[in-house]
Amino acid sequence: METVKKKRTGPVIFSEYKRGDAIRKAVSMSREDILFELKDSKLKGRGGAGFPTSTKWMLTAAAKSDEKFLVCNADEGEPGTFKDRVLLMEFPELVFDGMVVGGYTIGAQIGIVYLRGEYEYLLKPLEDYLEVMRKDNLLGKNILGKKDFNFDIVIFLGSGAYVCGEETALIESLEGHRGEPRNRPPYPINTGYLGRPTSVNNVETLAAISHIFMRSGSWFAKFGSDKSTGSKLFSVSGDCEKPGVYELPWGIKISELLKIVEAKNTKAVQIGGASGHCVPKSQFNRTLAYEDVPTGGSIMVFNESRDMLHVLKNFMEFFVDESCGQCTPCRIGNVKLLEGVEMIEKGEFTFAHINKLKDLGRTMQLSSKCGLGQSSPNPFISILENFNDEIFNAGNGGRNGK
Amino acid sequence: MFVSEKNALSEEIESYVNKYGNDRAALLMILHEIQKNHRHISEFAQQEVARLLNIHPVEVYSVISFFAFLNSNTKGRNLVRICQTISCDLQGKGGLVKAIERELGIKVGETTKDNKFTVEYANCLGLCDLGPAMAINDRVYLNLTPEKAVEHLAKVK
Repeated sequence: METVKKKRTGPVIFSEYKRGDAIRKAVSMSREDILFELKDSKLKGRGGAGFPTSTKWMLTAAAKSDEKFLVCNADEGEPGTFKDRVLLMEFPELVFDGMVVGGYTIGAQIGIVYLRGEYEYLLKPLEDYLEVMRKDNLLGKNILGKKDFNFDIVIFLGSGAYVCGEETALIESLEGHRGEPRNRPPYPINTGYLGRPTSVNNVETLAAISHIFMRSGSWFAKFGSDKSTGSKLFSVSGDCEKPGVYELPWGIKISELLKIVEAKNTKAVQIGGASGHCVPKSQFNRTLAYEDVPTGGSIMVFNESRDMLHVLKNFMEFFVDESCGQCTPCRIGNVKLLEGVEMIEKGEFTFAHINKLKDLGRTMQLSSKCGLGQSSPNPFISILENFNDEIFNAGNGGRNGK
Repeated sequence: MFVSEKNALSEEIESYVNKYGNDRAALLMILHEIQKNHRHISEFAQQEVARLLNIHPVEVYSVISFFAFLNSNTKGRNLVRICQTISCDLQGKGGLVKAIERELGIKVGETTKDNKFTVEYANCLGLCDLGPAMAINDRVYLNLTPEKAVEHLAKVK
């Protein structure tokens, strides 16, 4: 891949960091203190669901087992997300150091990076990097002289399945099965990989942890808002002058972000990827935070010239493709929603039918087994409702998404 | 398939099993290696993997059929995957596809007669800021135009 490494700067993730700093600090602390420090930071999982990381690690640390695992979820499949690619390519030290700290805290001996198949070109450089870490005793036996702290990292390559970003599907696939999500509970913190307690953390979460331990939890909590501490990497793509990865504090307004990326004549912003919500112009004063519009970081910008029905069709085709087919609401529901979009496209629909499909979407949100089917109706419902004038009334309804 | 080929394949698979272990958790990595080397996982290979991991062959097939990057049917020598997800779509995926289809004389999903290329769609390659993007085998190409895409194809052996 031909990319020039730019020097990135940012308040937290892209700030100064020296390899091994977080590990050095962590091994000098007790496990309880690490968990308290993490609690002070109020860090929430960066994959999108926003589960407090300190709670996840505390529960995994408390689970009794002779073997535990830490999994780094690098199966970044959400359309419009590419922050993990940037982190793994340019800042592997942050991710791996975070994993070592995690392994120490929860008592795991093996960390597994589940790298998506699309990023196979990262495999070699990452493995070389791990080799360097082993040489420097940042991995291996008695890490940095800490007696009985043994931890190593292996990289596992995925094979092109979006659903494997879901933690239980990811674990199924690690175990050599089809990547179909499990029923929860039991959660992976008790019964994860090979039935052992497993903590599955997003790449960005682990990167944030390295910074938290180099500095402190309270330092991290100073950034962002009360419930959404720290900063977030936003993957911005679509109709703007400067697409790319941006590190911005939580609580930033959508309109401010659009200004930073130099987007003009913006009609709508899809937040949270295909499974997220489509926000029309009238709501650009909303903020990006767990309190208002939560997101895993995907921001797709659409300008006035874009046909929102085409966008919706693309999303629904994606979900029909990627549904694992295990549970009925998701397997059949997504096909029905796509059929509905095609009916609208051809002008062969009735409003009664479309309303039925919106009901079906809400049923899917409630009855699907995993996050894929629970969130795949989001674009269908939010785009048809926010852009109903454009889609159904040929722009004659007055508001036209404004 | 000749016996000698079969034996060579068996040996190859055994070496992967030695490398990744003979429990089921090694399955996907073993399948990856076979896929990478042979561009498909033949029925015989599936049986061999099943035998060495002590599972039923249908279990191996069920995993292959689940994942987009694994296949049991033969494909062309080079696999072209064009990202079809929305960001690349907005940045001109359509033109790319038309140019490639014209140039190779096949539709997406087909293989050229000389078995040189198979062209497929892929879901989000994670290169949304650098689109439209496509991958040829394990290498990715960014910021493509129809012309550039075809040029890259011409360079492939």
